[in-house]
Amino acid sequence: MTRKQKRICNQAISAIVGWIFSFIVLIPFAVILINSFKNQRESASMSLSLPKEGWMLSNYQTVVQEGNMLRAFFNSTLIAGMCVIFCIVFSSMAAFVIHRRRTKFHSFVFYLFFAGLIAPVNYITTLQILKFLHLSGTYAGIIIVNVALGIPFATFLIYNFITNIPIELDEASIIDGADIRKLFFLVIFPLLKPITITATTLTFISCWNDFMTPLYILNSSQKWGMILTVYNYWGFLSQDWGKICAVIVLTLLPILILYICMQKYIIAGMTSGAVKG
Amino acid sequence: MYKKKIYKTRFLMPALIIYFIFFLVPVIAGIGYSFTNWNSMRPEIKFVGLRNYIEIFNPKNSYLLAIKNTFVFTVTSAIGKIGFGLLLALFFNRKFPSQQLLRGIYFMPFAISSLIIGIVFSSVLAPDGVLNAILSSVGLESITRGWLTNKSSALPSVISVEIWKSIGLNMVIFLAGLQMIDREYYEAASLDGAGKWALFRHITAPFLLPSITINLILNTIHGLKVFDIVMSLTNGGPGNTTQVINTFVFKTYGMGAYGLSNALSTFICIVTMIIALCTLKIIAPKEA
Repeated sequence: MTRKQKRICNQAISAIVGWIFSFIVLIPFAVILINSFKNQRESASMSLSLPKEGWMLSNYQTVVQEGNMLRAFFNSTLIAGMCVIFCIVFSSMAAFVIHRRRTKFHSFVFYLFFAGLIAPVNYITTLQILKFLHLSGTYAGIIIVNVALGIPFATFLIYNFITNIPIELDEASIIDGADIRKLFFLVIFPLLKPITITATTLTFISCWNDFMTPLYILNSSQKWGMILTVYNYWGFLSQDWGKICAVIVLTLLPILILYICMQKYIIAGMTSGAVKG
Repeated sequence: MYKKKIYKTRFLMPALIIYFIFFLVPVIAGIGYSFTNWNSMRPEIKFVGLRNYIEIFNPKNSYLLAIKNTFVFTVTSAIGKIGFGLLLALFFNRKFPSQQLLRGIYFMPFAISSLIIGIVFSSVLAPDGVLNAILSSVGLESITRGWLTNKSSALPSVISVEIWKSIGLNMVIFLAGLQMIDREYYEAASLDGAGKWALFRHITAPFLLPSITINLILNTIHGLKVFDIVMSLTNGGPGNTTQVINTFVFKTYGMGAYGLSNALSTFICIVTMIIALCTLKIIAPKEA
């Protein structure tokens, strides 16, 4: 065999091995997808075999009509969307000032945010504060808690990126008569676009997937997002796997679409720490 | 002086205030409440010293078991994720067809909620689930069981699912580290007669140290906070064998024992901070 043939052969083997092991990741998803089209009796065994009694869409119809899935989708989108907007704008403002000022106070704030990356949330006392502010059980309450949870990571990510934006740019705009508001929103913020896309995607995903916060904070099912709706469904429909699978597919769909479109940015965000060391 | 005028601190305030009121204050207040008998049944709150902590460390209760489970979960899942993540990263660090797509597939579980992963695997690992079906079809019937209902296999199963979820993330971080290594190092060393193992030991491994640190810290922090996946896979069962600290925080909160619940949260908070800071202190200087 020539060298070239050998290389092609090696590449083919790598691809085959890679695909074989990918089944470990794919099979659980295949099980969910296939069983979402089966009736209750057939889906009871949750097997990998294709539905014998025909592919049926009735599970999806039922869960959308009776299971409040549209409402849950709206709630998830509203909560994660609002959370992302506030989180990204506030975090980038904070990261900008912390990076440019570098006084003792500012690096102290930086370490405070850093602690938020590590320390776990205390939901019991958070709930007390929400009650005290009359925000418990409201959209505003859950959004603001999610913003607080997202700020440390977003600030960190954006701070690392701001390091690359030369301070001469600020000076030029200031000489042209810009104040900090103009400087930040018209000059700096547009330049942050690559990192704000990354931070937006990651914050959105973690907010959408968050289970603990709504579990502790939201008592009314009217405001539940998709994850809590799935959990609730799973609790009282534990015998009807077909419908549970349909709910899961509907919940995963938006996040998987987002994942596929934004993969590059997600990877960039998750590895920015590793590259910096 | 001029910096102070331009970069006004009030620009920092929205983030700081929200973070302070809705994250820091609760954590600090929680530490305070952990020394009280705060309970939903009782109108007044009294200082009780270390009584909640004594309760936690009383061997008659199952809290010690939950603490032990949390540590076992954290350590074994971190090792598993780093080991498999590194193998996958080395595998993906060369060119072959459909590589991008495959990498996307392996990383996919990262984007999915742990709760849903738990629900999916509660079916896959059930006695009549897909895993047992696959095992029987390849002649391994003898090891089939109710993976989550069997006391000895429940915790290892939960850990395996957690590893399954996070291999992709570890892989991606390792890949970023691997891609920073200049090919020329390998070429030069090969010319000098270095074997494959020597190349890995002397070139790849030192370059990977920062990514190992990052993965170790991320996995540890994440492991100590584990909740969703246990709730949906086993809910702490069978018979408390998979109970972790956070599931007890939720359980004691549900029972209205807020003081005790806060003591448990404070305990993880302090342990997480100590471990994270120690790892940073011990490993970080070696990177330079």
